[in-house]
Order: sequence, then structure tokens, then C-alpha cells
Amino acid sequence: MADTKLFHRSPPPGNLLIRGGRVLDPRSAIDAPLDVLIRDGVVAELGEPGAIPPPSGAAVIEAAGKHVFPAFSDPHVHLRTPGQEYKESIATGTAAGAAGGFCQLIAMPNTTPTIDQVSVLQAVIATAREQAQVPTGFLAAITTGLQGRELTEMAALGDAGALGFSDDGKPVVSAGVLRKALAYQRLAGGVIALHEEDPELSGDGVMHEGAVSARLGVAGIPSVSESTMIARDGAIARYEGARVHFQHLSCAESVAALELWRSRGAQVSGEATPHHLTLTDEAVAGLDSNLKMNPPLRAEADRQALVDGLRSGVIDCVATDHAPHARHEKEMPFEQAPMGTTGLETAFMALYTELVKPGVLPLSVVVERMTAGGALYGLLAPRVVVGEPANVVLVDLQREWKVGEGGYASRSENCCFDGRRLSGVVELTVAAGSVVFSARGSGLASVVEVS
Amino acid sequence: MIRNLLSIDDLDRAGIERILDRARSFAEVAGRDIKKVPALKGRTVVNLFYEASTRTSSSFELAAKRLSADVVSIRSAGSSVEKGESLRDTVQTLSAYAPAAIVIRSPYAGAATQVAGWTDAAVINAGDGKHEHPTQALLDVFTLTQALGRLEGRSIWIVGDVLHSRVARSGIIAFQRMGAQVTVCGPPTLIPRQIEALGCVRQTTLERLREADVVYVLRMQHERMHEAYVPSLREYTQRYQVNLARLRAGQVVMHPGPVNRGVELSGDAIDCDASLIGAQVRSGVAVRMAVLYELLVGVPALQAVA
Repeated sequence: MADTKLFHRSPPPGNLLIRGGRVLDPRSAIDAPLDVLIRDGVVAELGEPGAIPPPSGAAVIEAAGKHVFPAFSDPHVHLRTPGQEYKESIATGTAAGAAGGFCQLIAMPNTTPTIDQVSVLQAVIATAREQAQVPTGFLAAITTGLQGRELTEMAALGDAGALGFSDDGKPVVSAGVLRKALAYQRLAGGVIALHEEDPELSGDGVMHEGAVSARLGVAGIPSVSESTMIARDGAIARYEGARVHFQHLSCAESVAALELWRSRGAQVSGEATPHHLTLTDEAVAGLDSNLKMNPPLRAEADRQALVDGLRSGVIDCVATDHAPHARHEKEMPFEQAPMGTTGLETAFMALYTELVKPGVLPLSVVVERMTAGGALYGLLAPRVVVGEPANVVLVDLQREWKVGEGGYASRSENCCFDGRRLSGVVELTVAAGSVVFSARGSGLASVVEVS
Repeated sequence: MIRNLLSIDDLDRAGIERILDRARSFAEVAGRDIKKVPALKGRTVVNLFYEASTRTSSSFELAAKRLSADVVSIRSAGSSVEKGESLRDTVQTLSAYAPAAIVIRSPYAGAATQVAGWTDAAVINAGDGKHEHPTQALLDVFTLTQALGRLEGRSIWIVGDVLHSRVARSGIIAFQRMGAQVTVCGPPTLIPRQIEALGCVRQTTLERLREADVVYVLRMQHERMHEAYVPSLREYTQRYQVNLARLRAGQVVMHPGPVNRGVELSGDAIDCDASLIGAQVRSGVAVRMAVLYELLVGVPALQAVA
């Protein structure tokens, strides 16, 4: 059974035996060294290491000492198609996803033109069918042109394949418009995902308002700009009985607001990014525009609240908010540079290096939250289960690498982790039964040909 | 010896004192009939100003000329900058002339630091957005030490629109580095949240202004304000204007200019004997000569000045 709202170019199904890797799938309660046999793109057999004889024609991958996880799911990426292909395309963005170990991506509609009508949605779906290396779903806009005034034809967009709706990049400022969208969800279906920000409080801010912005003399975005909108919209979601997802939470008060409204019965969920979980506004002190994003990197207490929220499950999943920008755009002075960082190729490794290795979060929690995003939109959560399509990632946690050293699969290089050393190297990604990535130099380069 | 002057933080106390010492000898040069020394003969200094400036640009130009450098001054109006050329491309174009130094004023924080990454020239930050203005801080310290001697233990109040002031940010750091205690005072909407992280004290009213040895008044930066931070200039003036009624004998008054006469500072306070505003302008050339000398010639050749 395949997800009908995910689209990709369907390379031939894989036949391979991943031998002796440590399989960790929290959803299936598996944590043991196992052989994983993938036949015709389906997980055919799980067995004790060495128990499964390699079938003829299958590639064999020796994975002893390495980890096999369900491949990751990212509910928040910007693929920039249509209209901004100089930053990224469906082909390059999904290649970055494959390189980062992802088997599901959900793309945002703030493209040029906006994905706010059926014809544009059909066009990106057609492109994804030709170019997407990883199964990709699309959100459509909540309001026409992300203007926050008129609702899109949400029902028609849902029928045409939209997984849900978001004006990401901008908040739905008007509570009245948001309420109508949430009411209309009863007809149109689909999760409504919200970028929460009060433009009046954000003003012309370009980074977190705090000690660092005071020192730098650049205008700050206060944390209450986000949290007051989550508090407002959590109330409206509960009133309308609507299903709402809060995107890229950045501060402690936002986690508290999400927890409050969920405890009162609202159907609300939340995501956090690897950069907000591992970096703070201190990293912005050098005014490196790769560290400029919206919402901004916040204070250490906010970061800790996000980590606590991820651990407890108040925050349901990790999302990268992969936001590529061209080099000439990011070379502008900090205050002028566009907001956003790429994230697909570093997401798991950043969390592993900064949170799992120091013992802050268990590996199983990070794997669970890295694979939970798509399920919030009704997609199948990736699992390592016999009979299901193979969605697995092979990671060597012993190896280190320097981010950017070998270039990026993404068309853009505005990665906030650029130059950092991270632990964990993705060696193989299998998405919807096909090998979509195998690392050079890992001895796996032949896998694609074999399959 | 440092390579660039991007932030006042680039200088420790000894570095600041070294520049002040040299500025004193250059100030003596300014008293001569022939005000020129040959220290930078044959070298090129580029002044790149992306923002309107009178005193900073003219004093940098004069400082470079008095050191016998060849000077190229570029303003954004009418230049390729206005035609949309990126900062990086402009800097690379100018670098083809192999300048010894680039002096840059930009409306954006961090611009000078970026330029330093794109050129071999020494880069001097002549003001980047609301971030820093290190040579202003140096000339303010120079002016104060000329007037008061050491700053150790002195109380310096910075009054007014701290939020939009690069002068305040560089000043807070420089004054404290020289041993002074800094208090910032202004309307709550014009004092950055967590400014105390810089080590200064915050006051909301001028009630205790008499405790200050130095009253440093900031310009109300209308041009940087896109919204109303105070209800009216009248209310601002009532609460925060520094005037003779609020000053006591023995205090000195400073202002980075240009002054909104009758707004942040009363006319009689500008013109009173305690005002160091004229001395600040006079210090500008000598201090900027000292900065150029520090970056381009350095310590060993000091005797060349005399």
C-alpha cells in the first residue's frame, strides 16, 4: 500500500541484503543487530545476523557496527519549484533529502507563483513524478498569494493531491480569516500548518531579541511574536475542532502554549528544527548570514525547552525547514540577507552529535521524532516491518565529517552547520523500496546499478 | 598591532592607550603651519561611504591626506553602488587599485567585517548600521582624557536614543575598558532589552544625572525610526533634554553630532563652557590619523612621526 499523495520518479525496486547492522525502529520496538532482506522494494525478511543467505542478484551490504533506522520523514522543506530554481529544484532538493537519509518530504507552497490553485499544484506534481528522487508531498496555500485575505479552493486542491495547507513564510495574521480556513477544513480535509508570528511584534527584526541583538545593534524579533500567535490559534483550533500543526517552534513560551491547548483537547501538533534544537543566538554574534533564519535562533533557555518538548513528545517531530538561498543572496550584509538555512543533509547528524552523543536525548527518541513528520499529515510512518515498503537508512555513527567539505547535494550551500564537524555518515538511503542514495567511498556505489 | 579596526572590541586597553598617545603627537602636528607628515606617502586610502556623513568622512579624508596618502572617496550617490552593484563586487573592483586601507561606512551591521574578508587592505569600520562606530569611541575617549585625565572610576551617563545608536554601543565598551562606569538613560522604548549584558546600568529618568561626571547626549535619530518610539518630541524634551537646569558645575557634556538643537540638548548647554562638542570634532582628525598609522605603519616606526 502506497501513499497516494506522495510523488516521485519511481526508480526500479531494490533487491539487497543489509547484513548485521543494528536495526533501531522505536515504532516497531526493534533494537538489535539483524539482517534486513529487501526483495522487489519490500522488506521481505528480518533475521539474526548471518541467518539470511544472500539471494542471487541481490546486492549485499556489510553493515556490522553500523545502524539501520527507518528512513527519515521531513514535513517542512522548500524545494523552490516553481520559479526559484536558481536556489533549488525538485531534483536537487530531493537529492539533498536522499543524502540526508529521508524517504518522505513535504514541500511548502511559497513558490513563484504560489501553489494556491489546482493548475500550479498539478504542475509541481507532474515535475515531482519526473524528478523527485524521494517521495514528495505538497501543501497548498491557505490564502491566495499568501496574502492572508481570501481562502484558496482548498477542497479542489485537496482532491488534486495537496496533503494540507500552509502560508508558511508568513503568518495568517487575521484571526477571522484563520477561523474560516479552520471551519472550511471540515469540507476540504488536510492538516492546516501555521507559521506563527505577529508582524507587529516582529517589526523589522532580523534575529532573536536579547543580549546578543542588544550588543549587535540589530533589530530583534521577540519570542512573544511567535508564542502569542500560538496561544491565539490554539484557542481558535479548539473552538473549531480543527486539526492544526504549528511549524518551526522556536521558544519556550511556544512549547508551553502548545502543551496547554493540547491538554485542553485541541488537535494541535508541533515541529522543531535541528538548528533551533542545537544552536542559540550566541551563534549569530559574528553576523554570519547562514545563521539568519525565521524564526530566529533563540536563547539557551528556549533551546532547552525545545529539547525538553521533543523528549516529552509535546513537540511531535523534527522538521528541517530546509530553505536554500543562492550564494549571492546570502553574501549580503546580515540585515539584508534572506532568512533561511538548508538542513536536509545535516538534520540527523546535527541532532546525533549535539544531543545524543552528550547523553541529552536517547537515540531512539531522535529516530522516532525524525520519522514522525509525515504521519502527522496522514502518511505512513516509515518502519522496518516485514511486508512493508522498504524505507531504511544506513548510518555509520562512528565516522565524522566536516559539513560542506565534500560539497552539497542541494543546489545551495547556505547551511548553518557549514564547517562544523558532525558525527554520523549516511551510507545508504532506501525510499519506497528503491535505493535513492549510496555514499561514495563506502563501497556501496555499485548498489544502484545492481538494483 | 591589529590588522583591521572593525569593532572597538578589537582593541584592549593597551591598544587604546597606544592610539591615544599617537593621537596626541598628531594633534601637535595639527598646530603647525605645515600639517603634513610623510608616513603614508605613496599609499592609497579608499573611503567608501554608503551613508550620508559630514564629519566622519571629512575627518577620515583629512587624516589620510595629512599622512600624505593618496585618497579616493566614494559615496553611494552617483556611483556604481547606486546602480545595484553588490558590496562584494564594489570591494573587489576597488581592491584592483591595491589600496592600503578601506574605510567603510554602511547602513548595515557587519558590513565592515564582510569587507575585511574580501580584501587584503586594512579595513576600518566608520560605522556599520546601528552596530559600531569604533573611531568615534576612540575620539571620545581621547577628548575625555584631554579634559579630565584618566577615566578610571568616572561615571559616564549616555542619554537618549541608545536603541538606534552605534556610537552608544562602541562607547559603552570603550569607556568601560578605560575603567569608567557607564549608565544608559532614555525612554524605555529606546533602550535595547538586555543592554545590561554589556556591563552598563540602566536608568529610566534623569533624576540621578547629577551623579555623572560626563553626560554624553545622543542624537534623536529620526531618520532611523520607522515608527513612533516616543509619543512626541515635546514629551521627550520635557523628560530627557539635557540643559543647564539639569547639569551641575563640574560635569562635562558631549554629543557625537549633528545636534538637534533644542531637542536632546538645549542651545545653552551646547554652547556652555562644560561642552566638549567642539573638542570632539577637533579630536577626530588626530585620532583617525593615529588609527591609520596603527594599522598601516605600526609601532616600530613611531619615531617617523616626530
